[in-house]
Amino acid sequence: MSDRTSVESVSSTQPRQNTKSDSTTPLGGGTPAPAASPKRASRVRPADAIFRGLSTGSAIFIMVILAGVALFLIVQGMPAIVANWQSNPELNDGFTSAFDSFWAYVGPLLFGTLWSAAIALVLGAPIGIGIALFISHYAPRRLAGLLGYVVDLLAAVPSVVFGLWGIIVIRPFLLPLSDWLNTYLGWIPIFGGQVTTTGSTILAGAVVLAVMILPIITSISREIFLQTPRLHEEAALALGATRWEMVRLAVFPYAKSGIVSATLLGLGRALGETMAIAMIISPAVIVSFLVVTEGQNSQTIAANIALNFPIASTLQRQALIGTGLLLFVVSLAVNMIARSIVSRGSSKTGGKKKARPKPLVVPTGDATSTLTRDLVADKNTAAGPEGASA
Amino acid sequence: MTALSPRTVEKGPVPNSLTTGQLPRFAELYIFGASAVVSGVLLMLIGFDVIGWLVLSAVVYLVLLGILSSLVENRRKAVDRLVRGLVTVAFLLAIIPLVSTLFTVVSKGIGALSFQFITQTGGSAFNPDTLEVTNTPGALQAIVGTLIITGIATLISVPIGLFTSIYLVEYGRPGQWLSRTVTFLVDVMTGIPSIVAGLFAFSLFTIILGPKAFSGFSASVALSVLMIPTVVRACEEMLRLVPHDLREASYALGVSKFATIVRIVLPTAIAGIVTGIMLAIARVIGETAPIFMAASFTDNFNSNPFEGPMQTLPVMAYTGFAFPGTDITASNNSAWGAALLLVILVVILNLIARVIAKVFAPKGSR
Repeated sequence: MSDRTSVESVSSTQPRQNTKSDSTTPLGGGTPAPAASPKRASRVRPADAIFRGLSTGSAIFIMVILAGVALFLIVQGMPAIVANWQSNPELNDGFTSAFDSFWAYVGPLLFGTLWSAAIALVLGAPIGIGIALFISHYAPRRLAGLLGYVVDLLAAVPSVVFGLWGIIVIRPFLLPLSDWLNTYLGWIPIFGGQVTTTGSTILAGAVVLAVMILPIITSISREIFLQTPRLHEEAALALGATRWEMVRLAVFPYAKSGIVSATLLGLGRALGETMAIAMIISPAVIVSFLVVTEGQNSQTIAANIALNFPIASTLQRQALIGTGLLLFVVSLAVNMIARSIVSRGSSKTGGKKKARPKPLVVPTGDATSTLTRDLVADKNTAAGPEGASA
Repeated sequence: MTALSPRTVEKGPVPNSLTTGQLPRFAELYIFGASAVVSGVLLMLIGFDVIGWLVLSAVVYLVLLGILSSLVENRRKAVDRLVRGLVTVAFLLAIIPLVSTLFTVVSKGIGALSFQFITQTGGSAFNPDTLEVTNTPGALQAIVGTLIITGIATLISVPIGLFTSIYLVEYGRPGQWLSRTVTFLVDVMTGIPSIVAGLFAFSLFTIILGPKAFSGFSASVALSVLMIPTVVRACEEMLRLVPHDLREASYALGVSKFATIVRIVLPTAIAGIVTGIMLAIARVIGETAPIFMAASFTDNFNSNPFEGPMQTLPVMAYTGFAFPGTDITASNNSAWGAALLLVILVVILNLIARVIAKVFAPKGSR
């Protein structure tokens, strides 16, 4: 490391005294050094300045990108949003012909987006949280990491593959269930209507969506569950609580905000998912709560764009971009709420964190740190939570 | 001697409040076996079906366990056992789609996969003399397109993402508004719907180049929007793992900040950074909607990312189903072939990432 340092100092403009071994002349080395050293301390090297500028620039560029996404969508979407949908010949043709205005067109689509995401969330969120609980508190310690990896693999499967799987496997698989729901629970409005024969229902789409949002819900809830203070859990167990009572009394209260935001992030993912819906359901741009019919499934914004984009004319494309802008705004809002809940939760529990022994564990694995860890652990157990937090 | 003997005679478990009133140790296994048999027999009467059998055994198991436990033990323990069962079932429920998806893709796609499929440009050719349309299966144009588009997206996102994470870890102070805002925006950006990224790229290039500006580069821009936040998060996490002692030792030797970051911090974290980038690539390589918007689709071979539509594997899988050619079975087959190739690519990327993480992991930190 030391010769790296000397190389660095040679490459900078002022040669140091201790680099005499280099080819720089030893003659002038002695005299300028005392005068130069305070000057050098205050001066920023050019490489440093450039590097700092590059990093800061990239950070600012991220903001520019996000602003750019919004800006270009607005610029491209505006002509269709303000256009007169009743008289414009381009919009009176094809898939936009039946609508009086942009809002009449986007309303049902927005409803369909929220409705399918809601069904997916109802199906997926409890299972996702259950898996997180299984991995963090029920599975054998040694298996937990592997099981977490298996669930993460679900996130790696491309959405188009899930779409194909939905067509081939889920549609026929759900047919008997749809029949059953329609026959016996048809009096509940959402299961009513003409039952499907092909299986291209919003229910099938939502089941695939639910599978796709499982990994994100699971990984975030798992992380939060694992952060529960050990002492809280052990206190609950020591008082004679069963494992479930421990989870209910110690883990859930601690992880409440984390669960909420994990669910919201799952919602955000479900809102923007395109391919599963576009490939599976047979849609209509209507407001419909029916889940086991075909032709009466509410279309979602994303799937509608994917299906109509290739056949659209210029102004229709702009209308689709307008709907995309709305989707962007909605999912941005959902994500912002979720993230602010997470960060609020973590800053609130920041004080609590000191009470748990985990952060006191010194991560580096050399001998001194092992010693420190033992010392810290001893002090921690001796003093109890008050001592550790002090 | 005689007085002591009665004490030693008593062997075996002593009945007390801690050991009585409990189900035997492997009760859950016994009950699961019993419920599997019972539901199997029940289903034999109606008509056997693997999925129905699994579902029924799970239900029977949960009910039996709940009843037995509440009879022998108490209500609290019964609830505990029930929740354990439910949570396990939830996990198994997540495994089913994973296994089923992979099985379906492999079994459907393996037929389409051949050396010819990988090395030949597919599509249909119309012969005007015989009025016949001949379909050649092939995915070369899609493989090349996927690699080019993802490659350019990586070239765009990695520098931006890496520099941003360096800013967040090395230069930004936690309380500063810029680093706080950027952290928040990166988090929010991970939730941008992929189709919106596609629309953004389409709008951008339509405004700059005029209508019909489909190109591979435009798709790369769309993918970069999705990839940058993932890269930033992964790199940031890894840079934060670099011990502060290393940086301070370097500063103490008079090394500049730039040299410290380039020579000390980055080499220490490089394995994790490469792993994160690999996983980010694996994430965007399967994106369909944005590429479909920005690069459209084609059957022609096009290796110039700056002009004309470009085919990619995910779009090929989608269009093979959504807009099949004259021969529907052939289109579907090549769609499955493309899907299998895509899954293979993703798995390879994931494996490489894991291997790098395992082999080059800094010793002792994990």
